[in-house]
Amino acid sequence: MNGVVPKSRLPLWRAAMVIARRDFTAILFSRVFFFFLLGPLFPILVGALAGGIGNALEESSGQPEIGIAMSSADVDAMLDAHRTLKPVLAYNLPEMRVLERLGPGETYDARAFLERREGNVAGVITGTLAAPELTATAARLDWLRGDVAMLSATALGKAPVTFPTVTTREVATSGASDKHARLRTAQAGQTLLFLLIMLLAGMVLSNLVEEKANKVIEILAAAIPMDAVFLGKLFAMLGVSLVGVAVWGTVIGSLVGIADMGGAFSDVFDPSQLPVPGVGWPMFFLLGVAYFSMGYLLLGSIFLAIGSMATTVREVQTMSMPVTMAQVLLFFFASFAMAHPGEPIEMAAIAFPLSSPFAMLARAAQGPALWPHVVALVWQALWVAVAIRIGAGLFRTRVMKSGPQPVKRKRRPWRRAAGAVAEGTASPV
Amino acid sequence: MDAALGQAPASRNDSRESGRPLAIEARGLVKRFDGTLAVDGVDLSVPEGAIYGILGPNGAGKTTTLRMLLGIIDPDSGTRRVLGHERPRDIARLIGYLPEERGLYPAMKAYEAIAFMGALRGLPLKLGRQRGRELLENHGLGYAADRQIRQLSKGMAQQVQLLGTLVHEPRLVVLDEPFSGLDAINQGKLERLIRSLAEKGTTVIFSTHVIAHAERLCEGVAIIAGGRVPYAGSVDAARDRIPAQVRLETRHRDGPWRAALPPATRAEGNFWNFPLPDSGVEPLLRALIEGDAGILSLSIERAGLHDAFVAIAGEAAARALEEESPAEDRR
Repeated sequence: MNGVVPKSRLPLWRAAMVIARRDFTAILFSRVFFFFLLGPLFPILVGALAGGIGNALEESSGQPEIGIAMSSADVDAMLDAHRTLKPVLAYNLPEMRVLERLGPGETYDARAFLERREGNVAGVITGTLAAPELTATAARLDWLRGDVAMLSATALGKAPVTFPTVTTREVATSGASDKHARLRTAQAGQTLLFLLIMLLAGMVLSNLVEEKANKVIEILAAAIPMDAVFLGKLFAMLGVSLVGVAVWGTVIGSLVGIADMGGAFSDVFDPSQLPVPGVGWPMFFLLGVAYFSMGYLLLGSIFLAIGSMATTVREVQTMSMPVTMAQVLLFFFASFAMAHPGEPIEMAAIAFPLSSPFAMLARAAQGPALWPHVVALVWQALWVAVAIRIGAGLFRTRVMKSGPQPVKRKRRPWRRAAGAVAEGTASPV
Repeated sequence: MDAALGQAPASRNDSRESGRPLAIEARGLVKRFDGTLAVDGVDLSVPEGAIYGILGPNGAGKTTTLRMLLGIIDPDSGTRRVLGHERPRDIARLIGYLPEERGLYPAMKAYEAIAFMGALRGLPLKLGRQRGRELLENHGLGYAADRQIRQLSKGMAQQVQLLGTLVHEPRLVVLDEPFSGLDAINQGKLERLIRSLAEKGTTVIFSTHVIAHAERLCEGVAIIAGGRVPYAGSVDAARDRIPAQVRLETRHRDGPWRAALPPATRAEGNFWNFPLPDSGVEPLLRALIEGDAGILSLSIERAGLHDAFVAIAGEAAARALEEESPAEDRR
């Protein structure tokens, strides 16, 4: 062949860098970034909404138990009292869990049990029916003291006239308080993740629509692979979000630092009192960034694919609305699933690509195991690759067309037959 | 004129050969969109260093053809080779492309926009910025280098985009309707620019619905109508498809000499128009003189590309072409 020249094109990653650099700087110096910086204020609003659901979940699935370690006869009497009281009380009496039936002269170390943080036990009843002892965290003591007194009085047959005095012992932590706190960490993490992802996906979508409106997209499509355009846009937005996080981190850190010097926040906010996530803070942050990236890349890819098919902002809004609604439902699904660790609903939330990052972040808050995160990240990365591929493919086939859209007509059988005869692929009978 | 232009099936295209290497070679390109045939078996051969026009009315398939040649979309069937490569993207750095729908980032400065377009084709950004300023300066737009695109007039923005198409010094330049939206002065400047590119050995292929531009600039043209290419070849060969027209003026309106006029003769007052006979004009002149027709004037005019277009693509396509061309385009 005459005129053959060596291959000469930008590698994918370099082409993606050209796009990413342009988008990154363009967004950073635009009004959009200002709105993005305001984004974290929205969690207060949505957090309040999600909190309602969270509380409901907490009540239905995270209800703590009262452990009991007494003599066998006392245990049976307390269980009978629980069975008697539970249906007649207006509020939800905590379930009782028998920790041990003590023999004569035996004692039970309730403090040690609670500090092991086993299960969902909020407090432990020991002693006797006449002189019950309650061991729990300070917050739970007040809440459980009345229940224990009522149960003991009922077990003794003296309720509602006299109630025994409940001796209380305070512990620093318990399985229930730990689980409760971690649940809150998981919920906060999920909400923040969801909001950031939705905000970013929306921004990447408007960025693409703007590009289509500017007719720049064809110049890009002619010069570099569409995968590079997609990757460049996605990663530019990721970079923007990290700048945003850094800005907020610096602002909040500085404010807290300045105020802390005067002791202004010490009563309100003490970082050492924050519940430690199951995997520990450093790994939780690391996984948070990873799941945020995966969740954003997945949703961003879908939004970009939608953007590629739409020609106007209105079309984009119409087409992206169902995805947004679906994503909100998936977020609530993942929130619900986190209260059922190990159950099929949690597995489903983890397996489904779009809810997986939320469900796994909740798991990182609740449990210490790391290997599920490795598996989940690989699984999510696979779906990110699939989403980008499909998105780029859709773009190439749907967008780069010229001329008017054809009028779709239903071809009648006789017309099809006539067409075949005309084209010479069939002969008239 | 190089006779190599337009190697294509002999049945409908000029198929004369030449030894020049081909920058573009396409065979039987077909593209459908949602079942609608947009391009139906396009054949093209564009020699390196040529200025080549794709001529046809809107909706004829010009843009789709160019997009297929550039690899923006893939054909449903057929083959293409651009600078010897079947995948045009493999040599994206050697191609410059100006799409029909002009597009630049409104917030970008003019020289930055040029550098960005160069960066897309592999030109280092720093070099692109430097060249961007130089190009703007050389084309009389130096004062606008630091202006945002949104601050430029449509024509200026169009020129910036054209310069961005050329900043990486491509070997093949593809321009989709480059003259549309430009005033007469800028059209002239663009024509000079295209010629200067070709003089440097750059292959330029552009689509247009204005015959005059193709006729003035192109060595070869592909006439495209309804997604098909009824003619692809040199401009000369296209014009030669129609016999030269004879325009005769006589003093007398009638006489025995009229029998010597060809049957296809059309009368306009004292003028007689007819295609140049195969036997030439001499036997006719002899008959007219002997018949005392009183010859006042006689001219033989070679057919223009417009006439060739009408003959090749049909009256309807020519009418569509004329309707789309503003008066200043047809100057």
